[in-house]
Amino acid sequence: MVTVATVVIGAYGLRVARTTSDFLVASREVSPAWNAAAISGEYLSAASFLGVAGLVLKQGVDVLWYPVGFAAGYLALLLFVAAPLRRSRAFTLPDFCELRLGSVRLRKLATVFVIMIGWLYLVPQLRGAGLTVQTVAGGRYQVGVLLVGCVVIANVALGGMRSITFVQAFQYWLKLTALAVPIIFLVLHWQADGRPPLAPPSGAAFAHSTTVLFDHATTIARPDGSTVDVPAHASMVFPAGTPIPRVRGAGTSSGANWLLPGATETGGRRDRGLFAAYSLILATFLGTMGLPHVLVRFYTNRDGAAARRTTLVVLGLVGLFYLLPTLYGVLGRVYTPQLLMTGQTDAVVLVLPGAALSGLTGQLLGALVAAGAFAAFLSTSSGLLTSVAGVLSTDIVRRGSVRDFRMSAVLAGLVPLAFALRAGKMDVSQVVGLAFAVAASTFCPLLVLGVWWRGLTPVGAAAGVTVGGGTALAAVITTVVGPPLAGWPAVLIGQPAAWTVPLAFLAMVSVSLATRRRVPANVGLTMLRLHAPDPLRL
Amino acid sequence: MPPEPPRRVRVVLADAAAPRGGGDHTRTELEEQTGIGEALVKGLVRTQLALALRCAAVVAVGLGSLPLLFAVAPSVAGTRPFGVVLPWLLLGFAAYPFLFGVGWAYVHLVERTERDFTDLVEKH
Repeated sequence: MVTVATVVIGAYGLRVARTTSDFLVASREVSPAWNAAAISGEYLSAASFLGVAGLVLKQGVDVLWYPVGFAAGYLALLLFVAAPLRRSRAFTLPDFCELRLGSVRLRKLATVFVIMIGWLYLVPQLRGAGLTVQTVAGGRYQVGVLLVGCVVIANVALGGMRSITFVQAFQYWLKLTALAVPIIFLVLHWQADGRPPLAPPSGAAFAHSTTVLFDHATTIARPDGSTVDVPAHASMVFPAGTPIPRVRGAGTSSGANWLLPGATETGGRRDRGLFAAYSLILATFLGTMGLPHVLVRFYTNRDGAAARRTTLVVLGLVGLFYLLPTLYGVLGRVYTPQLLMTGQTDAVVLVLPGAALSGLTGQLLGALVAAGAFAAFLSTSSGLLTSVAGVLSTDIVRRGSVRDFRMSAVLAGLVPLAFALRAGKMDVSQVVGLAFAVAASTFCPLLVLGVWWRGLTPVGAAAGVTVGGGTALAAVITTVVGPPLAGWPAVLIGQPAAWTVPLAFLAMVSVSLATRRRVPANVGLTMLRLHAPDPLRL
Repeated sequence: MPPEPPRRVRVVLADAAAPRGGGDHTRTELEEQTGIGEALVKGLVRTQLALALRCAAVVAVGLGSLPLLFAVAPSVAGTRPFGVVLPWLLLGFAAYPFLFGVGWAYVHLVERTERDFTDLVEKH
């Protein structure tokens, strides 16, 4: 029943997701409200839809900085970039480099980082897709990844994507509804249950009799201190009221650790926890402005003032959405604690309605949530792949024909697909957080200094992007494929933004000052164009 | 006999032909990057940047101080206004209206600055 519903809704979701932005048709008469809903629809990805709730379930209050940062990024975009970027008439980030600094080499460098960030962002989307197929339809993870990956690639490559802002805007409301309606039922159910405590001091217990299926060999520690080794593919039955055992090495927190801020993964050391929190804040606040699929959308605004109003509405819409995943994560503590043991915390949004509500209601709401999840990763990955394939075909292949675009789309899609198939146990939101760190260490300084500082030179910009992006990428690669680290190195590498972003700014400013003679001659006119109020039409 | 060719029509861009008031002088200063024009633009950029930085500072203090506060005074983090633990209330809910409020104030103020600048250019 659920499978059938999912297949039907999935097919419908595919049809809905056949969109790309209408910027190529240069329809710039879209009103800020529609435009904002369309941007939000493309922005709210698998990381927002599934990942945030999963992290909240697992680690508690500390990870609330992820959704806050994902929303606050739009405030930084509004304050420093939105209107001048629209007035610059740059379509993509490489365009901005060429328009502002007149350097083709810098343009190429920016292109490389656009592709890197796009890939880094695509991997967790595909991972979310695989997880959804696995959870809802009972298929294999790899099958889900391949299926959705191929659908998205084919969609983008064959150009079958329709270009209606309305459809993208609809996606936002679909995702919001898909989380909002079930959570009303879930909260009512929790009330009717007599409000079971979310973080009881004695440790959580199973609310219902629960069968847990372990995919991997695991060691679990019972509350009395004894340990049990569970072989792979074994299942265990826990009667109602049994305390939930802890899983070795799962990085989950419980009790006061979950409820109160402080160090979760950082071994209880407060200074490291504080550093990780600030690093995450910096990455998400400053990273949004450097995401390729967000910026292109600004071109559809009529002028700078409209771009600002659009960004403000996006901030409101995205903020409204992020009220919901937190609730899923919190209620997941009560109704789906087995996810903490199997490690599939990212699935909490999908599993929760069926686990808490019995009968048809639970199944229908579960199908609704699954539809929202499909919409989330299909819209975001289609938008991202279009952006990446676009810069790949115009800047690397350099002929820009339709055939080149198709080849680029296939190439751009296969790389993250390969990574997603092999992606281990990384959390969806965490990988997205790393993509934000790279964006914050490259394009944030480039855009902010490019918009506000006359002294920026092409050499300085290139130096900053290379230093910041290079170090951030190295940290990301170490986190994803490197050996497990402990102590300070783990924090510095796992949340690199707090040192890579200042480093990028420093390199950009100091090299620009050293190469003062390379300041573009037309900088005065460029500044006038970026900042003069729209009604003057200068 | 071939049909008569359509009559030639002169098309004039309405905006360019519209009366513009007195603003030509300052406009020329701006467009030709004279000393005065450049000073005007620099002043505008500085005003806008100062406004953006002030709003960013409000967020930096309002949200950025929270991790430090919770670390320095764990007892504050444990309080429960409205029955919800304070950090959950602040980060799970209050942060979003706060961010939107700062953004709204910024848009309001920056549009006023731009109106002032436009008036300055158009009237002189």
